[in-house]
Amino acid sequence: MRHQFAVRIGPVGFRIGSDWRAPITALRDLYADYPPPRDGIADFAVRLEAKRVWRRFVRPSVEIAGDYMLPDAAPLPLRHGLLAAEMGMNLQMALGQRRYLLLHAATVERDGRALVMTGESGAGKSTLAALLSARGWRLMGDEFALLDPATGLIHAFPRLVSLKNAAIGVVERALPTARFGPLMAATPKGDIRHMVPGLAAVTAMETPAIPALLLFPRFGFAAAERGVGAGEAFVRLTQASTNYTSLRERGFDALTRFVTTVPMAAIDYPDTDTGLAMVEHLWASL
Amino acid sequence: VTDARLLTRVLTDPAASGALDAAGWTALIGQARGEMLIGTLAHRLAGLPMPGAVAAILEAARDAAEEGRARALWEAEMARRALVPLGCRVVLLKGTAFVAAGLDAGRGRSIGDLDILVPQEALDAVEAALLAAGWEWVKPDPYDDAYYRQWMHELPPLIHRERDRMIDVHHTILPPTARITPDASLLLADAVPLGNGLATLMPEDMVIHAAAHLFADGDLSGGLRNLWDIDRLCREFAEAQDDFYLSLIEKSCEHGLLRETMRALRLAKHLFGTPVKAYGGPLRARFDDYRSDALYRRRLLARDGWGRATRPVTRFGFYVRSHAIRMPPALLARHLWIKWRRG
Repeated sequence: MRHQFAVRIGPVGFRIGSDWRAPITALRDLYADYPPPRDGIADFAVRLEAKRVWRRFVRPSVEIAGDYMLPDAAPLPLRHGLLAAEMGMNLQMALGQRRYLLLHAATVERDGRALVMTGESGAGKSTLAALLSARGWRLMGDEFALLDPATGLIHAFPRLVSLKNAAIGVVERALPTARFGPLMAATPKGDIRHMVPGLAAVTAMETPAIPALLLFPRFGFAAAERGVGAGEAFVRLTQASTNYTSLRERGFDALTRFVTTVPMAAIDYPDTDTGLAMVEHLWASL
Repeated sequence: VTDARLLTRVLTDPAASGALDAAGWTALIGQARGEMLIGTLAHRLAGLPMPGAVAAILEAARDAAEEGRARALWEAEMARRALVPLGCRVVLLKGTAFVAAGLDAGRGRSIGDLDILVPQEALDAVEAALLAAGWEWVKPDPYDDAYYRQWMHELPPLIHRERDRMIDVHHTILPPTARITPDASLLLADAVPLGNGLATLMPEDMVIHAAAHLFADGDLSGGLRNLWDIDRLCREFAEAQDDFYLSLIEKSCEHGLLRETMRALRLAKHLFGTPVKAYGGPLRARFDDYRSDALYRRRLLARDGWGRATRPVTRFGFYVRSHAIRMPPALLARHLWIKWRRG
């Protein structure tokens, strides 16, 4: 394609081709510290395409395409091209990844042990992960935790951290030295700004971690903590996994092992400071 | 990489992959995914030396194909349970038939909807039995529904409400409005039972159906995969049966599909090296290129290393052709007019 870029995030190689220069320039800049795909061969291709030739120039709008596609994905305006690239990469993972069980979760690591936080959009996964990375934790990813069915370990997938709306200011204040992408206002998901995971997250991204705690955080409620049973966790994680059914028996075994061996809790928190204190407290009492 | 020659070359001769560099492998994988032949490629290259990154991609592709095979067979079993009590013949078509019969063409093949062929007089009973077993209409649009029922060779598509899988119920293999009308009763009568109440088409008819689908119906989307099916089927059947090609040509005449079958064989020979056998007698069958074959190849190979559909003009030409061969001009005009008015 006219403009292209290849990158490895954790164990997964991507190539991104684009009809426009801008999204590729942004990716090159933000992913500057990342290595190329293993053997120079990407696992997945993402294409940012103009639907018609003239739409490259007139009201340019980006169609997200690639090896795996959704039939009716809405195009994005070119100023949200970086978001389109990130969505394209997530889509390849969600539809095409078969080596790891994907859990829609943010993960941070300390002392070789992983804290996995799962929850719906708005639960505060990305924010908590970014803030914990400012407190000595290694950021492993804010979108997908990669559970290896063979070993039970969590592999890192530290793509750009996607911060939305109010979380943008909170994280900017907490990590004043971090690098951020452009502010993309009024996207279909609200205002979005990407944060580049620190160099530590990138240099250690080959190193998996033993899952040590699974949390179901929920932002915007009075502080509360409750235990979660293996059955509830299993069902919620099957819903939080895009490839659970396609992994078949391997997926079932991996998830069963995960929910029967990893301690779990659900926490509600009214603000991020309380949330962080609750997380650190739970971690300390393991 | 400007067209899918790379893919056809490596599928035909897997050892040719030994010469690929990183860019070559990347393009090959992109093309194979674009043509839905990645699982097939993965099976063809199994055991050959390749970079670790490629081995991992192809391993995942074999796993995906195996999942697809299991799902397709399960869907066939669900249809069997719903339809066997009716006592009519139920013939599996295309990919599901290949894997159900354990044919080489099914190895690694991606399989979409479940396609079955039933006798036209059984259509109402089949429809009722499927609806009772949990299938539902996909297109509740009255025009589309009426169009399918009056002019098409299949029922409007049904989808299962729990398993989310489609079934296409055919009563013949080409639309009744097409110029060619294969003999559906012959297809059913010659079908080969699988032993569980279902059946597949006989070998010759499998190839003829694939050729009809490719060249007498549709715009050649997914055509490379169809042509690969034809290559694999022919190789396997010709191995088991002397003069398979003679019998194939004879059968294709009975269905009025000689031209399409011969074109399929010529193109398969050209792109995949299918070992077709020419005859001087009792009938004359030659497989030398026709001038128009080049145009078909141009369309079949229109895929670049990013997996993108290329050659829009050629594609559009075949798209127009697909409508022209499917229905007479007056009906086509009416159909397009109604479709256009509803946007």
